Amino acid sequence: MSKTIRIKKGLNINLIGEAEKTTSKAVSSNVYAINLDDFHGVTPKMLVKQGGEVKAGEPLFFNKEQENMLFVSPVSGELVEIVRGSRRKILTLKILADKTQEFVQHKMFDVKEADAETVRAFLLKSGLWAFIKQRPYDIIANPDATPKAIFVSGLSTAPLAADMDYVLQGKEAELQAAVDALSALTPGKIHVSVGSNGSPLAQLSNVSVHSVSGPHPAGLVGTQINKIDPINKGEVVWTITPQDLVIIGETLLTGKFNAERVIALGGSVVKSPKYYTTKIGAEISTFLYAAGVNQEKFRLINGDVLTGSKTHPEGHLGYFNNAVTAIPEGDDYDFFGWNKPIFNKISSTRALTFSWLNPKKKYDLDTNTNGEHRAFVVTGKYETVFPLDIYPLQLLKACMVKDLDEMEQLGLYEVAPEDFALTEFICISKQPHQQIIREGLDLLHQEIG
Amino acid sequence: MGLKENLHQTKLKFQGKKMAPAFNAIHTFLYSPNETTHSGGHVRAVDDLKRTMNTVILALVPCLLFGIFNAGYQHYSAVNGFPADFSIMEHFITWDNFWLGAITVLPLVIVSYGVGLAIEFVFAVIKGHEVEEGYLVTGMLVPLIVPVDTPLWMLAIAVAFGVVIGKEVFGGTGMNILNPALTIRAFLFFAYPTWMSGDKVWVHEGVERAGTADAISGETILGYLAQNKGAEFSYSLSDMFFGFIPGSVGETSAFLILLGGLFLIFTKIASWRIMVSAVAGALAMGLIFNGVVAAEWIPEYSKFYGLMEFEFWKHLIVGGLAFGIVYMATDPVTGSQTNKGKWIYGFLIGFISVMIRVFNPGYPEGVFLAILLMNVFAPTIDHYVVRGNVRKRMKRLKNATILPKPSEGQAEELKVETA
Repeated sequence: MSKTIRIKKGLNINLIGEAEKTTSKAVSSNVYAINLDDFHGVTPKMLVKQGGEVKAGEPLFFNKEQENMLFVSPVSGELVEIVRGSRRKILTLKILADKTQEFVQHKMFDVKEADAETVRAFLLKSGLWAFIKQRPYDIIANPDATPKAIFVSGLSTAPLAADMDYVLQGKEAELQAAVDALSALTPGKIHVSVGSNGSPLAQLSNVSVHSVSGPHPAGLVGTQINKIDPINKGEVVWTITPQDLVIIGETLLTGKFNAERVIALGGSVVKSPKYYTTKIGAEISTFLYAAGVNQEKFRLINGDVLTGSKTHPEGHLGYFNNAVTAIPEGDDYDFFGWNKPIFNKISSTRALTFSWLNPKKKYDLDTNTNGEHRAFVVTGKYETVFPLDIYPLQLLKACMVKDLDEMEQLGLYEVAPEDFALTEFICISKQPHQQIIREGLDLLHQEIG
Repeated sequence: MGLKENLHQTKLKFQGKKMAPAFNAIHTFLYSPNETTHSGGHVRAVDDLKRTMNTVILALVPCLLFGIFNAGYQHYSAVNGFPADFSIMEHFITWDNFWLGAITVLPLVIVSYGVGLAIEFVFAVIKGHEVEEGYLVTGMLVPLIVPVDTPLWMLAIAVAFGVVIGKEVFGGTGMNILNPALTIRAFLFFAYPTWMSGDKVWVHEGVERAGTADAISGETILGYLAQNKGAEFSYSLSDMFFGFIPGSVGETSAFLILLGGLFLIFTKIASWRIMVSAVAGALAMGLIFNGVVAAEWIPEYSKFYGLMEFEFWKHLIVGGLAFGIVYMATDPVTGSQTNKGKWIYGFLIGFISVMIRVFNPGYPEGVFLAILLMNVFAPTIDHYVVRGNVRKRMKRLKNATILPKPSEGQAEELKVETA
C-alpha cells in the first residue's frame, strides 16, 4: 500500500554549481582514510596494528560496546597511520592502497530464503552494518533491536545533493538483493520513497513505495517517517540511504565489499561541477582539482551545505557521503549589512530582502553567518519550514535545559539533527540547532538508552 | 578600505576584554560581522535580529513623524481654535507644527534611547554577552505611547525601571515575561497617575496652563465618552481614522498604524494571526456592549453608557488599541509562541482591551493593561497548546505495539533458569 506524500512547509535552497549529469572516473587515491567522527557514538577497538596489511572488506576495528559489529577497510593496502587526538582517542585511520586490489571473499547465501539470524550475522561480519542507522538517537543501529520498519529515502531535496535517480541507474539488482535480505530483519515493512516513477527504486518488489513531492526537507527520511509511520517511545526504525543499499546488495550478490560510489561534486567554487566515481575514504583532491576550482580560499564540505562536515582538499570522502560541496568563505565585513536591501542572499522574510521575488533563482551563498548569535526572540518562523508534527522551538528549548521528560514528550525520539538544518538556516537568532539536537539525543541516549 | 581595517584591528585588541561587548555593538552596527559558520549547516539565511528590529522601526517611523506634526497641531488648535476648513497642507504639515512637535517629542526619543541603551550596554559589559537589539524597538515605542508633555526625568526613571525590572532581571532580550515598553508605560501610569490621565496631559502646555486664563483642554475621545459626553466632541470619523485627535504621541493615526501593520505582515516580521484575532476580539466585545445597549439593559445615565453605546468598530480607530495590537501585542518574546496560541492570545487582548475601556472610566484605555495581562497568560496558553501535541503523541503510543528486543527475551529466560 503506498502513499502519496505532499510536503508544503519547507524551503528549497537553490545554489549555483549543481553537478552536471555526466560521470567521470576519479583518479584512484594513494591513501584512503576513515574518519572515526563519521560513526557517532562508536568507541573503536583496533583489530589491525599500525603497519598491518588489510584486504578490502577486512575488519579494521570493532565497536567496543557491541563487539560483533565490525568496521572494514574500503581498500586493500597497509594501515600506515592511526591518527590519535587527546587522551589517545582515535581520529583517523589511513590506509596506503595496493596497486592491485584484493578483496575478502564472503560466504554467500540465498538472500530470498535467509532467516534473520543469517542476515544479521552476515551484515555485522562484513562491516555492512555500519550503513544501517536507527532512530531514536540517529546512531548506527543496535543489532539487538527489532525495527518496526525500515525507511529508505530515494529522493534528495538538499541543496546540491546527488540526484538519486541518476546515481542509482542500473543498480536495480543490487537494490533488490539488499531489500530482500533486510526484509528478514523486520516484521514490518520497508518503506521506500521516490520523487518520480523513473526512479530505479520505484520498480522494487517486496517494499512499499511512496511518492514524495515538495520542497526540502521532503527528501529527508525523518520527514517521511513522520508522515508515513511516526516513531513512538520504545520503538525503533532503521534508515539506510539508497547508495549504501547498493553496497550492501553488491556484497550480497558477489561476496565482495566494493566501496565504490558515485558522488556529486558541486558548489559555486567548482569550475565544472559533475559526478565522479570514487571510493569511500578517497582523498578529495583526486577529483576536486580535476573539476577545477575558481578561487584559492573556500569552504570544502564533506556532504551537502546543510549537514556536511568541514574538510579540506587533502581530506577524505566521508563514509556515508555522496556529495562534496565547495562554496566561498564569507569571512568579510559588510558595511551596514543589517539594514541595506539585500538581493543576492536567501531570506525567509521580506524585510528589505528580495529572495521572495524569484524563488527559482540560484544563489551564490557563502559561509557568513549574516549576524551574531542571540537568544531566541522571533517565534512562528521555524514552523514554516518544519513539516513534522513537532513543535521545533519548544523541543530545542527542552534540549537546551536538558529536560528529559519534555524532550521525550515533544518528540525527540523522532528526529535527527539533519531535520533541524532548515530551521537552523533561517534562524534569526543564529542558534546552532543541529548541535543542540545532537547533544539532546546523546543525553537522552545516555540517560534512558 | 581604511575604516573597515581599522575597526577590525580595534576589535582584535578588544577581544577577550571586559569592554568588548560595548565595542562590538558599535562595530556590528556599522558592519555586519565577519563570522563564519562553524557548526551544523554551512550557510545561513540573511535575516538576523538587527534586520528584524530595524524593520519594526521602519514601520514606526511614519507614526513618529505624524506624532510630531500632531503635537504641534493639537497645541495650536487648542490655543487658537480648530481651523474651520481643515486642509492637511495648510493646517497640519506646517513648520510651526513641526518645530513645536520636534522640540517636545524628540527629547522623549532621545531620553528613551539614551537611558535604555546605556543600561543595556552596562548589563552587557557586566554579564559579558553581546548587546542584544531588543531595546531598539522598545526605545522607539516608549516615546510614542506617552503623553507629549511627560517630564523627561519621569521618563528616564520609568525607562530605567522597565529595562532593569522588566527585562534584565529575567536575563535580557528574549527572556522577559512582560513587554518592556508596556512595563515602562505601566510604571508611569501607576507612579504618576496625574501626569498620565485626565484632560490636560494630551496637549502640549495643557498642564502648565491649567487654572490660568489661557487654560486649554485636550480631552481624548475616550475621555469624553467615559464622562458620557459623547455629544460634545466635534471630531469627525476621518479625524479619528487619520489621527487628527489628541492622544499619546504616536497612537492617534489609525491609518498609519494600519499601513505599518500591513508592512509588518507583508515583510513576515509580525504575526498576522495576533493582529487579526485581536481585531476580532475587540469587535466581538464591542458588539456585545452594543447589544447590551440595544437590549436596553442599562439606563442612559449609567456611567458606562457612553462607552457602551460607542459603535463597536469605532473602538479600533480611537485610543491606543490599534497601536497596541500592531506593535505591542505582536512582540514575539512576550506573546504566545505557538500558532494556535497566537489566535487565542490575540483574541483575548482585543476582547479584554475593550472591556477594560468600558468598565474603567477613570482611565479609559485598556490596551496596555490587557496586553500585560495576556503577557502573563501567554505561557499558560502555550502550555496547553503544546500539551495537545503531547497528548496526540501519547495516544499514538497507546495504540502502538512495541516490538520486544530479541535479547530481552533471552535475558528473561536466563533469569528464569538461574532463579
